[in-house]
Amino acid sequence: MGTALERIAVSALALLASAVIFGLLLIFYAGVDPFEAYALMYQGAFGSWFSFQNTLTRAAPLILTALCTALPARLGLIIIGNEGALVLGGVAAAAAGVAVAASGPLVTHLAMAAAAMIAGGAWIALAGGLRQYRGVNETISSLLLTYIAIALMNHFVEGPLRDPSSLNKPSTHPIGDANMLGTIGGSDVHWGLALGIVACLLCYGVQRFTTFGFAMQVIGGNPKTARMMGLNVGRYVLVACAAGGAAAGLAGMVEVAAVHGKANASLAVGYGFTGILVSFLARHHPLAIIPVAILMGGIGASGGLLQRRLDLPDAAVVVLQGIIFVCILASETLYGRSWTWLWRFRAVEGR
Amino acid sequence: MDGSDIGLWGVPLAMLAGAIRVSTPFIFVSLGECLTERSGRINLGLEGTLMMGAMSAYGTALLSGSPWLGVLVAAGVGLMLGALHAALCQLPRVNDIATGIGLMLFGTGLAFFLGKPYIQPKAPNLGALDLGGWSSIPQVQQALQVNPLFIVGIVLAFALAWALKNTRWGLIVRLAGESVDAALAIGASVARVRLLATAVGGAFAGIGGAFLSLYYPGSWNEGLSSGQGLMAVALVIFARWDPIRCLWASLLFGAAGAISPALQSVGVTQGYYLFSAAPYVLTLALMIATCSPARSLRGAPAELGAVK
Repeated sequence: MGTALERIAVSALALLASAVIFGLLLIFYAGVDPFEAYALMYQGAFGSWFSFQNTLTRAAPLILTALCTALPARLGLIIIGNEGALVLGGVAAAAAGVAVAASGPLVTHLAMAAAAMIAGGAWIALAGGLRQYRGVNETISSLLLTYIAIALMNHFVEGPLRDPSSLNKPSTHPIGDANMLGTIGGSDVHWGLALGIVACLLCYGVQRFTTFGFAMQVIGGNPKTARMMGLNVGRYVLVACAAGGAAAGLAGMVEVAAVHGKANASLAVGYGFTGILVSFLARHHPLAIIPVAILMGGIGASGGLLQRRLDLPDAAVVVLQGIIFVCILASETLYGRSWTWLWRFRAVEGR
Repeated sequence: MDGSDIGLWGVPLAMLAGAIRVSTPFIFVSLGECLTERSGRINLGLEGTLMMGAMSAYGTALLSGSPWLGVLVAAGVGLMLGALHAALCQLPRVNDIATGIGLMLFGTGLAFFLGKPYIQPKAPNLGALDLGGWSSIPQVQQALQVNPLFIVGIVLAFALAWALKNTRWGLIVRLAGESVDAALAIGASVARVRLLATAVGGAFAGIGGAFLSLYYPGSWNEGLSSGQGLMAVALVIFARWDPIRCLWASLLFGAAGAISPALQSVGVTQGYYLFSAAPYVLTLALMIATCSPARSLRGAPAELGAVK
């Protein structure tokens, strides 16, 4: 009986538990009525068309960066270098966009996307390759690569790629208003959301319906068996990491092409780190990433309202995200235990 | 001798000063991580513990006027976070790497959340011992202003190395990390050993955080830590799970972190950000150089699944 149902029920239980813990924190530390806070969060995230558009705009980079953790996770790797791939993708996209800005929006967007995906993909593939061929733990190396990527971004943005007219906030040259990625008909939500959803569908299709996806599942289940079957594990690791990194790089391109118009330190605002959370919360399932990213985008979007109305620190949403993360991970222990017991109990009673 | 202008000698001197000042949090966090990993568990959440330690130490020092009480409270907070990590990891099927990342996010978020009121006010500092009085050069004097916690860290490294090697308690920790069966055979509870080792490791990390907010940089803000808690994990691998080598590695990392400000102070501004990445590049290079896919790392606790 329903593992899908079990997954949803356990995740819902974990979300409920985190809501209770966060609520207690609000009551005892901030002296805020948690129901009022949650009502405000709902309002700030989904309450109006305006706030919902804000939520969707925030969800777009989260969907793409979550894939950076989700795809390698299929092979049993834990990659947390999402933020690094995003910022490098953003810088590469800005550089490419400025270089070909005169040749029209379509060429510019394609060049930007290609540059971003190559930069992000190569960055995460490096972590995967080090794991596969040198035995370097991919979690730690991808995290170190994130710090290196942020340093590289600062170097490029303040050095070789700097627009001399950007005084207060060093940035690259702008890609130009004509080359900005537009919004989806009639809304304020940019096309990055559509890109993210297409990427998730594509990943799901590959994982579900192709031999490549099946091979990934075998490797994730048991790498030794996979090797005995003659699968080239290293190649799959590199491809999955490169694809994940390319998705995160694309998130950087979307941020540059649709939001900022240039690359600067605003790229490193934590979409990559929240993406890790989204991936774990979605249990690394490409389709589940979409609603979870919208939920997390909503929590992020409501931060401002909580700050204004209830005078809560802006870190309140980070705390909530952290609590959710820990609860979701702890809830793993419920799988196949009390739950199946309950089902069996039900089945016996039903007879 | 002209005491104020020492030219390019300023660079190695600043690196020495950096090694002494910047390395202290590294020493504490890496010793904590070392103890935890020797018991067979990895804690990636020490970054969050560090931030919580920094925040609680600063808040306590501000409210009570006593920075040393702040250090104590930071250790207590670290102890609790470590125990939380250990308790979660003991649940079946719960992944310790992912839980560490979760607690890192939780700890930093909670530190920012609870620490909001402490960003502006100035808390009393831990103060320093002047070990440079013999020199007439102000830079040397400045470089040798040593915080007592630095000395405590050195003592702790040797004490931990000794205890792991020579005491019954150390033997049990090592058994839990090397062979669960052997630990069970002498009647030790692996779960309890790891709980204690992780909690005490968290307490060390909390003290490291207290150093950040109460001595150097010496204030509480959201950009206080630059990943020391995470680098400590790599540092322990580099040090091959040996407390004494953790100490040397921390000094090396401190010096590497001081390269870019030191170069800037003598007028080399080119590539400031590239040099600021030096500690991370160094860690990665060391991991690449020391890891191998064919065998597990020399010195790695056999029960530590995370480092294959």
